[in-house]
Amino acid sequence: MKEMAFILTSMVLVDNLVLTKFLGICPFLGVSKKMDSALGMSYAVIAVMVLATAATWPIYNYLLAPFGLEYLETILFILVIAALVQMIEMGLKKYAPSLHKSLGVYLPLITTNCAVLGIAILNIDNGYSFVNSLVNAFGGGVGFLVALVLFSGVRRQIERSNIPLAFRGIPATMIAASILAMAFMGFTGIVEGMFL
Amino acid sequence: MPGWLIGIISVALLGLLLGVVLTVAAKLFKVKSNPLTDKVREELPGINCGACGYVGCDSYAEALTKQEGVEPNLCTPGGESVARKICEILDIPFSQMLAKHAVLRCAGSLDHTTYVMDWQSVNSCAANKTFYRGRSSCYQACLGYGDCVLACPFDAIQIVNGIAVVNRNRCTGCGICVDVCPNNLFMLTTGEDLVYVACSSHAKGKDTRKGCTTGCIACNRCVKACKFDAITINHNLAVIDQGKCTQCGDCIPVCPVKIIKRIGVPCDD
Repeated sequence: MKEMAFILTSMVLVDNLVLTKFLGICPFLGVSKKMDSALGMSYAVIAVMVLATAATWPIYNYLLAPFGLEYLETILFILVIAALVQMIEMGLKKYAPSLHKSLGVYLPLITTNCAVLGIAILNIDNGYSFVNSLVNAFGGGVGFLVALVLFSGVRRQIERSNIPLAFRGIPATMIAASILAMAFMGFTGIVEGMFL
Repeated sequence: MPGWLIGIISVALLGLLLGVVLTVAAKLFKVKSNPLTDKVREELPGINCGACGYVGCDSYAEALTKQEGVEPNLCTPGGESVARKICEILDIPFSQMLAKHAVLRCAGSLDHTTYVMDWQSVNSCAANKTFYRGRSSCYQACLGYGDCVLACPFDAIQIVNGIAVVNRNRCTGCGICVDVCPNNLFMLTTGEDLVYVACSSHAKGKDTRKGCTTGCIACNRCVKACKFDAITINHNLAVIDQGKCTQCGDCIPVCPVKIIKRIGVPCDD
């Protein structure tokens, strides 16, 4: 239990996928313009991360590791995650049309999202058990949500401020993102202190 | 068995398995969509402006194909060509649609009004109007920060000399600016060549005159000039009843402050 809480808090704050590990930068900049779309995207990412971990962990530990096929990890994970997301989308369209309408736009974006693949591979690299992997994936998703929602707020302020012409648009956004990432560095070491 | 062979076999098998699963899922989860709805949706512009009165293009297409009596000419951005195509697809007679355009009911450019405050904050009409009554000497004048410029999906509005000017070649009459303007200055007009009052000030004539040299002072001259009783004075502001108006333009020359205008004629002489 303690380990799970440790993994969860460290994934959200210290090892934040977007701001510390720099995974999933594309949606971080692309979908953070509006709070609504940032939330929708993050919910979809959380769901896909957990499901992708649930699918890839057994494949690695029961198929790849026993036969010494670890080098196939990346390509198989991509294959499995893409198929999984495709299936989720079809299922949602059939059984939950309203949810599909709000999440549907983001699901194809997530198919090739490196944060999802990253979390699947991180789970294996860290040697987590199945349950811990799921917790790690959930924490990663929540970390993604925190980063996106915080940044969408920052962006709204950026759009309203009077910025020198040369910095308007993407440059100012990038600078703000780097400052946010640096702010998250402040969490380093906090989790060890909390749980030890 | 050598390791590489196991690799090839396992990846191939997994790929096959996923392929089969996806195929089965595609059949199992198939959602029947009305082919007519899809066709209509393709014709609509897809900007989801909501001028038709529905949430977006998708729901308008659905309403057109599934409900009886939905007018096919509600899409103002699409205009006549889209309405014709929809009628073709649905096999219903085409009825003429009137082009809609937005006009600003204010002529208080900086030649006629002055700024009475120095607002050093967010450049937004809504913010300025929320905290104060506006920066212009006329409380009802165009604020000129351009909330409508940002909101217009067609780049049809510009701020020129302190007031918003609508480019009628680009305006599609979607009505987004009508909702955005905190002073409620925009009005949608149908058809061409409409006579309108380019002022929204309900202040007394004397007070209007103090703030703006081209505001309605409720002098009643246009009311007397109109042969069709189309003009009334409502709360110190001339109002034209478009139902009665014949667009004769007799009221235009008599106005001492020149705020009755014909659309299409530039706002500022």
